[in-house]
Amino acid sequence: MKRDLYTLLENAPLTASVYRMRLAGDTQAIVRPGQFVNIALAGRFLRRPISVCDYDAGSLTLIYKVVGEGTAQLARMRPGERLDLLTGLGNGFATDNDARRPLLVGGGVGVPPLYNLAKVLLAAGKPVQVVVGFNTAAEVFYAEEFRALGCPVAVATADGTCGTKGFVTDALAGLDFDYFYACGPLPMLRALSAATTCDGQLSFEERMGCGFGACMGCSCKTLTGGKRICKEGPVLMKNEIIW
Amino acid sequence: MVDTSVILSGLRLDNPVIPASGTFGYGQEFRDLYDLDMLGSFSFKGTTREPRFGNPTPRIAECREGMINAVGLQNPGIEHVIAEELPRLREFFHKPVIANISGFSVEEYAYCCERIDKEEQVGLIEVNVSCPNVRHGGMSFGTSPEAAAEVTRAVKAVTTKPVYIKLSPNVTDIVAIAKACEEAGADGLCLINTLLGMRIDVARRRPVIANTMGGFSGPAVFPVAVRMVYQVAAACRVPVIGCGGVQSARDVVEMMMAGATAVEVGAANLVNPYACKEIIEALPGEMERLGIEKLSDIIGIVRSEN
Repeated sequence: MKRDLYTLLENAPLTASVYRMRLAGDTQAIVRPGQFVNIALAGRFLRRPISVCDYDAGSLTLIYKVVGEGTAQLARMRPGERLDLLTGLGNGFATDNDARRPLLVGGGVGVPPLYNLAKVLLAAGKPVQVVVGFNTAAEVFYAEEFRALGCPVAVATADGTCGTKGFVTDALAGLDFDYFYACGPLPMLRALSAATTCDGQLSFEERMGCGFGACMGCSCKTLTGGKRICKEGPVLMKNEIIW
Repeated sequence: MVDTSVILSGLRLDNPVIPASGTFGYGQEFRDLYDLDMLGSFSFKGTTREPRFGNPTPRIAECREGMINAVGLQNPGIEHVIAEELPRLREFFHKPVIANISGFSVEEYAYCCERIDKEEQVGLIEVNVSCPNVRHGGMSFGTSPEAAAEVTRAVKAVTTKPVYIKLSPNVTDIVAIAKACEEAGADGLCLINTLLGMRIDVARRRPVIANTMGGFSGPAVFPVAVRMVYQVAAACRVPVIGCGGVQSARDVVEMMMAGATAVEVGAANLVNPYACKEIIEALPGEMERLGIEKLSDIIGIVRSEN
């Protein structure tokens, strides 16, 4: 974990309520895809945890949805402003396994952390397939960015206005995969876990106090013992999850 | 060169700053951030006889200038703490630690304190009496002078270490409870624990926290803590550790002027993991600005001058 000040480079909407923010600063503490940062906001007591979409040596990209006053405040920030971040939080996705045909499944604002994961898996020579789910066509983001990396992308929307009508699990038919990585709302993760026979890793959300393991605010029970979503998570192995 | 040292029941602290129980775990999460030996001491996570998972989530709610938590005393149990956590702590913390002990019966408090009494690294025992007394309708021990005194006596009987009772602010008259603990033999008092609070998610029309209510802490409670420390320190002879909403060196000074001998920092650690380090580093400069040469000189000074 590292705390530092980051300079806002860009903060623009991708859809009506989802924004992409790019920040310049030290990313050394970020070591795996699927980790998150915790952002301090003026006048808000607790930080806001946001997953890392992508990063390089001197910048990071975050994608977040405006869901309350804190994220609305974040959306109003302008390039040049400085933000206090804790970076390198959480375990992130483990890619050191022998899966040959990984599938990445994202729902809504669960999609962003899969982007850097796709890059890491592609760099390891693995063919990456992607399924993303949204409520409606107007909420779809990043499908094209995954395609630009060279990944085949299937889209599902609940109202059928883009891609398969239904949920991400309705878009799995015909896909050949031997492992999956997923991030999205709890019902999606549960349905995906039930719909797949292979192993996988799932990234969870929980209301957090500190984001670095001190307060025990985000504990959950697993088959391998109690875990903190912010520290031993947010990524859990499919076979340790108690649904 | 200013003098930041203070003495708690014979225990000399280099400075009065102590991370509060429940915001610092058993030190592990902070060991790589800064040299923890710069702390006055630290109070480890509230520990019970048996391991506890705690409450269902969500356990956290944000508030203006604070937060509510309902963690529910999640901890690995006293045996694990003695066998695993304290030996690990010795690797990176070389000062006496404060053992925060919780319980759900008088016997449990006594059992845990007797076990921890043999641990050389423990300099002081802090007894959290805000837990519900399960044998007597679930009322918190800390809300009745008799129950708080009973816990104090039971704990004092099994340990030679200084015993500080951590008091709940959720009472009509904290002074009556403080005096009952002092008369029962407490070596000191620590206050305040969190204030009972609640938030509602108005869109979902239900409490934010799964447990409905939880403990409110953070800078919003600081004036309440200062007031209670002032009242208790004026009424009791034993030392008081002030706790509640402290987030700066100036807050430390204010808490001490109210009557605290040492000061715990809680919620601030969760939003700024370097909070205690920054407070300790700022303390000498703050003292110089305020014309304080020896920090212990200001303990309870508002009382003697008014």
